[in-house]
Amino acid sequence: MPYLVHSATDRREMLDALGADSLDDLLTDVPAGLRRDGLDLEAGLSEFETMARVRALAARNRVFEDRLWFAGGGVYRRFVPAAVSAVISKPEFYTAYTPYQPEASQGTLQAIFEFQTLIAELTAMDVANASLYDGATALAEAAMMAVVHTGRSEVVLAGTVHPEYVEVLRCYQDGRGFELRSGLEHVGERTAAILFQQPDFLGLLEDAAGLTRLAHEHGALSVACVDPISLGILAPPGEYDADIAVGEGQQLGLAPSYGGPHVGFIACRRELMRRLPGRLVGEAHDGRGRRGYTLTLTAREQHIRREKATSNICTNHSLCALAASVYLTYMGPDGLRQVAEVGHQRAHALAERLADVPGVELAFPDRQFVNEFPVRMFHVEHRLRHLRDAGILGGLPIGRWFPDRPELRDVVTFCCTEVNDPAAIDLLVQELGRA
Amino acid sequence: MTEPLSFEKSRASLPGPRLPTAGVETSAALPEEHRRRRPPALPRLSEPEIMRHYSRLASMNYSISEQFYPLGSCTMKYNPVLNEEAARLPGFAGLHPYQDEETTQGALELMWLLERALCAVVGVERLTLQPAAGAHGEWTALRMIQAYHRANGEDRTEIIVPDAAHGTNPASAALCGFRVVEVRSGPDGRVDVADLEAKLSNRVAALMLTNPNTLGLFERQILEMAEMVHATGAKLYYDGANLNALMGICRPGDMGFDAVHLNLHKTFTTPHGGGGPGAGPVGVKADLVPFLPRPTVERQNGGFRLDHGRPQSIGRVRSFYGNFGMLVRAFTYIVAMGGDGLTEASRDAILAANYLRKTLEGILDLPHDGPCMHEFVASARNLGPQGIRALDVAKGLLERGFYAPTIYFPLIVPEAVMIEPTETESKATLDAFAAALRDIAETARQDPEELHAEPRSLPVGRLDEVAAARSPVLRWRPDHGAEPESDQGPTGRPQN
Repeated sequence: MPYLVHSATDRREMLDALGADSLDDLLTDVPAGLRRDGLDLEAGLSEFETMARVRALAARNRVFEDRLWFAGGGVYRRFVPAAVSAVISKPEFYTAYTPYQPEASQGTLQAIFEFQTLIAELTAMDVANASLYDGATALAEAAMMAVVHTGRSEVVLAGTVHPEYVEVLRCYQDGRGFELRSGLEHVGERTAAILFQQPDFLGLLEDAAGLTRLAHEHGALSVACVDPISLGILAPPGEYDADIAVGEGQQLGLAPSYGGPHVGFIACRRELMRRLPGRLVGEAHDGRGRRGYTLTLTAREQHIRREKATSNICTNHSLCALAASVYLTYMGPDGLRQVAEVGHQRAHALAERLADVPGVELAFPDRQFVNEFPVRMFHVEHRLRHLRDAGILGGLPIGRWFPDRPELRDVVTFCCTEVNDPAAIDLLVQELGRA
Repeated sequence: MTEPLSFEKSRASLPGPRLPTAGVETSAALPEEHRRRRPPALPRLSEPEIMRHYSRLASMNYSISEQFYPLGSCTMKYNPVLNEEAARLPGFAGLHPYQDEETTQGALELMWLLERALCAVVGVERLTLQPAAGAHGEWTALRMIQAYHRANGEDRTEIIVPDAAHGTNPASAALCGFRVVEVRSGPDGRVDVADLEAKLSNRVAALMLTNPNTLGLFERQILEMAEMVHATGAKLYYDGANLNALMGICRPGDMGFDAVHLNLHKTFTTPHGGGGPGAGPVGVKADLVPFLPRPTVERQNGGFRLDHGRPQSIGRVRSFYGNFGMLVRAFTYIVAMGGDGLTEASRDAILAANYLRKTLEGILDLPHDGPCMHEFVASARNLGPQGIRALDVAKGLLERGFYAPTIYFPLIVPEAVMIEPTETESKATLDAFAAALRDIAETARQDPEELHAEPRSLPVGRLDEVAAARSPVLRWRPDHGAEPESDQGPTGRPQN
């Protein structure tokens, strides 16, 4: 059997030590009526056959060339430095457990401490936590933090937030007992927070500073859901005085992987620190004065507080956070600004050229964007199918998420990053013109 | 050995990495009011320095690739390297979640096959692969149970949880807005059925249970408990943390459990990654199926599609379709092991736990009678007279080259030392681990001060966690020093 270590002799010796004839002697607590003799599954395969089977499934998926990805909507194709996969492939990182014993886990702990600092710097907030599952659940956790912190019961969504994030918020709201409202007309004395996405789901920029002022005027918190790469050039939540910043970290060195695993992040102002969900790592010292890192402020957490915990999160996405840390360290401030700038320039160049394609127009020409933008076009399905046949992924037909917003019916978003070279952009424009 | 923070090694004069330039013509520029004013203080390091930094950090970790991790309830088994190769295949890693379903048939089929396999292991009707972790799965299951009761016009407000339960159980229940009612364990370490009967009422939405329980003991009266719970209209929820004891031996579904969460990062060998990512699928019996998160994967005309309809669904619990990369790993493991291999794995896990338990007789207290299932709980209270606690035993094991067991859990055992050896540790490793514990017990008698001073040879000794929590330093700052991070908020902002 693969991965099993005992020989028949080992098993016999262990059974002998227990004075048992067979393993079944150890199963006397299991009621006889429940006992089964094996599983209704096929027998195992050799490694070679296993991989052949798995490869055959992988081969039934179509993989688009990196440079021809123009689809975004929360998952993006970006350049990933080789250093990222080299580090996260180290078994000392990927096969370690949650760092309960700090003396034997300094690698993971210091890496998380660095992640916390990197995210705090990126968002210009005071503190960041040791990673959440994804952007959607990070936003839901931020909403719950705001509800508990303010003692208020409503959360207002501003603008066009990722529809799947909104669905997750709705699922959490039902359980936690707060109400989600859409639209600024609902802002009032019951509002715990205004939630917005910057840039929004369509790629368009919100008036983040104005929304934050509005929240504060009503005694509510401002929660910004941000794109981490955009923060290389775009004002970070701390600069417009938001209270909580969250986002999806996939772009920071993680494969698209059909949507996961990725990593959520959450950062906040200092006075909200003890309301953060999940693990936090802090600096500590040993008896000889050596600096180390340990899980801290654990009194917020489920294993101590049980039903009074700030959240039920116990594991997190440390390995994905590690990837993000390596990515941000590799990029540094200059590299991050450059990839953000390149995406911005290429997306604007593409937008200008698409606007000249017959039957295609910018959907919201007066709105600013960074590297993802909406266009309106005739025959969306036909054109996207044509692009697909030409080996191009994208854009994203967003109408399907917004059946009650007719202005979005024929809208498609495109995005550009540093992987979409000028020739790829030429090809997209050319093929869209021919469709 | 310690390693400076990446920030401390940063040099302001170092240029950034070489990256593509835009190469396009545009006059567009980000307006001033949207521009970042101060660049983030990310470190500036060269690639050789980065690689050495992380290699050094890696060397400061224990990991299952090098050491035995006897962590109870965590199922730290070997992570097959084949799984990693599978998850990295471009046909999986390179997929956008919004590609047309026609172009992702292999991914959808994998999810469909994995669902079928997991349903067969636990004995349920359908299963969602969306939850990202065990606790996330617990919460998802409770939301479905809540939706089920509401659909029947009942507003049930309580969840019963054993006093020995994982902390995530009550936390997940509270996150759904339930009141948590605790049921006692009896002297034999199993649920006190009389107490359960007293706590049951038509206010109860569900009983959350793990079986074997957190003491590693099989709940012999599970069928009676299931009948009692169902008689009041409540549901029975299975915490899958301990499923590694049961594969091919018995099934939670047959015991009467209505909803079952699984930890793919425990039983199905996806790596723990220093705390994640994991995956926490949830399986349900037929009457909970309408409430599964959407989308589900359905088979249709020989192909596969995502079903976003599902009018009674609780909605979405995370974006996209779950931690797909972890699903690939778990699927690969199941194909390699097959039904025969998984059954053998559980049997070996039980054998190893009982053998190790037997070997520790006379070294630590064993407060409950065996046999155990895949794990057991010992107690260090026998070393109390020497001033040695479970924590000291844990640190002594680190010094002797082993990771520590889970300690001080479950809460109902004083000085608890919870040990789960799994099926992938050899008899020689188990013997060496027992020898280390014997040495610790001996040292406790001869020289307890030595144990208090351990670990000595790791990158750091015992850290002052009290001081760390009193004035938390949660990040590096450019002017880093003894800066107290007060959490007293400024005025003018909402406080409660």
